[in-house]
Amino acid sequence: MIDLHGYGPRLLEGALITIELAVLSLILAIVLGLATASAKMSRNWLLHRTGTLYTTVIRGVPDLVLMMLMFFGGQIGINMVTDWLYDRFGIDTFINVNEFVAGVITIGLIFGAYMGETFRGAFMAVESGQIEAGRAYGMSHWLVFRRIRFPQMMRHALPGLSNNWMVLLKTTALVSVIGLSDMVRVAAEASKATREPFTFMIIVAAIYLLIASVSEWGFARLQKRYNVGYGEAD
Amino acid sequence: MEALLAQLEAQLADNSIFTLQTLSYYGEGLVTTVQLVFLSLIIGLVAAVPLAIGRGSRRRWVKMPIFLYTYVFRGTPLLVQLYLIYYGVVFVEGIQESWLWVILEKPFVPALIAFTLNTAAYTTEIFHGAIKATPRGEIEAARAYGMSRALMLRRIVLPSAFRRALPAYGNEVIFMLHASAIASVVTIMDLTGAARFVYARFYAPFEAFLFVAAIYLCLTFAILYLFRYLERRLLAHLKPASG
Repeated sequence: MIDLHGYGPRLLEGALITIELAVLSLILAIVLGLATASAKMSRNWLLHRTGTLYTTVIRGVPDLVLMMLMFFGGQIGINMVTDWLYDRFGIDTFINVNEFVAGVITIGLIFGAYMGETFRGAFMAVESGQIEAGRAYGMSHWLVFRRIRFPQMMRHALPGLSNNWMVLLKTTALVSVIGLSDMVRVAAEASKATREPFTFMIIVAAIYLLIASVSEWGFARLQKRYNVGYGEAD
Repeated sequence: MEALLAQLEAQLADNSIFTLQTLSYYGEGLVTTVQLVFLSLIIGLVAAVPLAIGRGSRRRWVKMPIFLYTYVFRGTPLLVQLYLIYYGVVFVEGIQESWLWVILEKPFVPALIAFTLNTAAYTTEIFHGAIKATPRGEIEAARAYGMSRALMLRRIVLPSAFRRALPAYGNEVIFMLHASAIASVVTIMDLTGAARFVYARFYAPFEAFLFVAAIYLCLTFAILYLFRYLERRLLAHLKPASG
């Protein structure tokens, strides 16, 4: 049996943090991605420009640099805001940046840019005739979005979405550098303490592969669901 | 050069963070990052060609190990791979007594090994996909001319596959540039390492990281334009005819 030197439970906790972090950032990234895609497709000049700037800058800078900027700069930035609030309005507040929340926000913000590109392509792949037909039935904009654009967009977006999720999952490993006790950090600490890096790092790698394989299976099922009516192309 | 430095110093006179000293850290970091990325990409590219051909082989014992390699290296974080090699290399039997230890002792080589293995796995899959997409007719035509498998691969399959792989490979190059930031985790003074140093020294996160982010952004755009140029040159025959 593999000897974990008592690091087993902590490794498991770390794995849970990794999963929580990944799922919460994914949700944030999807919301931001939908907003960005809408902004980039909008006729409003300012919205369009803002969306383009966001996706270009975020995708041009390494994740780790953005993460450090957010983690180290975030607290100082928030302190500046609260100081200003105190000076100006006499409101005395102090907001402490929680590492986990900062991690979710950073990863969500990074992948929101990638999701935005995925969703934009997918929305444009929905035929305009379908949308016109919906409007002709007297559906409201929101109803057209919910019943026609979203379900059909998802069919085109799923491959990109699944790809982004796999990259996002691996990006969560970077939070260990900033100080969050995810499974990579626990494994790194255990490796140094026990001088058995192979044991711990291979276990962590295996857990990542397991999560990736399970989600691959899940995405294949979703793909099947959203492809109903199109048949398998062979 | 002297005059330029003097002028630069004068312009930086009232700046407490961006002195010539800190700028030289960023400069050295830039050199390290470019070396690390360039070397791993070149070695990875050379390794990926035979691996991609093997990946498409009909023999199971050739295909399966390569598939397993790409699956593992693409399915786990680069940081874990880096830790595994960086911390693991010490424990290889007898390595500390051998001549190899002189170069492996510094973090640069373990990082280079990790990056190379990682990019080779991604590039193998990119090339494999491009080779698989070769039009059937081209292969049949080569066969009809009586070409051997090796000749067909060299003259027909690989040249067109490389061209098809170009856009995806451009993304991989940018991905590798961004991934190289984690080299700073194992104490390498690359661009990000320099930014972390400046941050720690002056406690100025915005200046330190925004500056390095701008450098990365410039590098990303440079790669983007290089590949766009290459695509225009090499994929000109695929462009839709325009009036």
